[in-house]
Amino acid sequence: MEKKENKVIIELQNVHKYYYMGHSIVKAVDGVSLKIKEGDFVAIMGASGSGKSTMLNLVGSLDVPTKGTILLDGEDISELSESDLSQIRGKKIGFIFQSFNLINNLTAKENVMIPMIFQGHDSEERSFRANKLMDLVELSDRMHHSPNELSGGQQQRVAIARSLANSPEVILADEPTGNLDSKTGATVMDFLKDLNKKGKTIVMVTHDIKLVKDYPDIVYWLKDGKIEKITKKTVKRRTQ
Amino acid sequence: MIKDFFSLALKNLKSRGIRSWLTLLGIFIGITAVVSLISLGNGLQLAVASQMGLASNELITVQAGGITGYGPPGSTVVEPITKGDARAIERLSSVEIAVRQNIKSAKVEFNDVVNFRYVGSVSNKEEERDLMQTRANAGPIMGKLVGENDFGKVTLGYNFYDKSEEWGGEAIIPGDTILINDERFEVIGIREKVGSLISDNAVSMLEEDMEDLFEYGNIADLIIVKPKSEDLMDKTKADIEKLLRQRRGVKEGEENFEVSTPESALATINSVLEGVQIFILIVASISIFIGLIGIINTMTTSVMERKKEIGITKSVGARNEHIFSQFFIESSLLGLIGGLAGAIFGTFIGFAGTYGINNLLGTELVPNIDFVLIFLTLLGSFLIGGIAGIIPAMKAAKQNPVEALRG
Repeated sequence: MEKKENKVIIELQNVHKYYYMGHSIVKAVDGVSLKIKEGDFVAIMGASGSGKSTMLNLVGSLDVPTKGTILLDGEDISELSESDLSQIRGKKIGFIFQSFNLINNLTAKENVMIPMIFQGHDSEERSFRANKLMDLVELSDRMHHSPNELSGGQQQRVAIARSLANSPEVILADEPTGNLDSKTGATVMDFLKDLNKKGKTIVMVTHDIKLVKDYPDIVYWLKDGKIEKITKKTVKRRTQ
Repeated sequence: MIKDFFSLALKNLKSRGIRSWLTLLGIFIGITAVVSLISLGNGLQLAVASQMGLASNELITVQAGGITGYGPPGSTVVEPITKGDARAIERLSSVEIAVRQNIKSAKVEFNDVVNFRYVGSVSNKEEERDLMQTRANAGPIMGKLVGENDFGKVTLGYNFYDKSEEWGGEAIIPGDTILINDERFEVIGIREKVGSLISDNAVSMLEEDMEDLFEYGNIADLIIVKPKSEDLMDKTKADIEKLLRQRRGVKEGEENFEVSTPESALATINSVLEGVQIFILIVASISIFIGLIGIINTMTTSVMERKKEIGITKSVGARNEHIFSQFFIESSLLGLIGGLAGAIFGTFIGFAGTYGINNLLGTELVPNIDFVLIFLTLLGSFLIGGIAGIIPAMKAAKQNPVEALRG
């Protein structure tokens, strides 16, 4: 596929996030700057306690920084109301969580339809898109099952379908394979890789070195809330 | 989008545990009380009215001292009304007939069983008797009523025949002999059931017999007055009051007697019933209030339990007002369900109660099913649910997505 100069979707400019615990300050993220461009497959890598969960929340604009600026599609998220931010997030970012985070009262298909409700799509459109997405993650036959009745890998595929519900520009994955065995984990990763090939931007947070070797183009190595190093794959996929 | 929140709320309610439903008990009881009160409607009024013997609406009754509450009318009065009063009343231009009636309590013996019963007098004059029967509104079901010169004979209320267990297992029928205050009387008839515990348990005999038996002389427990015209009811009442004030030497406002028209008696009943209804409504309001607190409680718990779900929906784009709507609607529906159950059960009580009244009184009342009012109670319970949901829903909406996702 052809692309002109890839636009920046998410930009962090000298971002800090502090937590106050009693009298001490925890600098979970301490002066990070990065740009995530359209079509990238980015990994944020770090041990537990390195601040990567906080990073994910910031990159996904679930959280606002203590200091510094985060631009989502050129817009400063700290200038948006919580509701407006949520709405924009629902449209531009799809989330995949380690613990799947599906709603058990609802069927798999209904879970996929939820994000579309908040963007005001009508029920016919929602159903049509959800069917297509369930088909994409090869779970058409499990559409009407409750998440409880699905295996971990299947649940994560439902979560992938949900993250794609509003055709977001970015998919944010937090330890997407953390709760899966290596084989199902690989299937899930293949889905992500596939999506990336189709042009979706993927940001993945993980502590799994194996995943980092195979899939992402750019890896930010996080330590004590700071970026320690950045590694890039030599072959740029977008020049293909 | 609201429609989607309704279907989401229904799905969430379906997966709720019994704890949530138990908190609806308050709303349920409150709405049940309101709806059953409405559907019983005038059945309640009719039941009380017939207990007080108000079947006829064209007669005025006069008695001394007002309603005493206990014992037969007049029995506990200091200055009684007399036969002379009755004659004087009859001479009024607005009055057609005035009849005295006495009601006493007596020892009644049959089949070696003794019970205490009321005995009411019947006039020996035909037109007066007719008037009394109009008032009693009960024809004979067996035998005949006490008539002209039926000395030594009695007619009995329905329960003498029906409740044989009160008489050693033997039903009293015409032809039997009973002892009243140790005097022998022949039973010549049984009256049909009227549903009043007093009338159905009363003995009727001629005034002359009663005078002999109880030796009360000229006293009248009750004077039954028929005005010349029903339209003259109020004027007749005023005339009688004026006359009796003169005869008894009392000033206006200090009457030691009472002249009651059916309307004034009904007004008394209504004010008593109103009191009962107000009491029930207060109880209903209290239980609805408790229900409100219950819903607040269960919704607050639900917000805590579903923190993660709130986090998820926020991360996939829900605005605060979306979260608020979702919990608000769920709470409203919870109230509505409690109200619906209450309305159904209340209607059922209305039907059962009306059936009971019909059975007891032989009336043919129809339960008063007022759909507008039922709709309003349902709307009310929906709103109560909503009000209860406001604070928990605000709490849900304000959740920080990051913290909520942590669960």
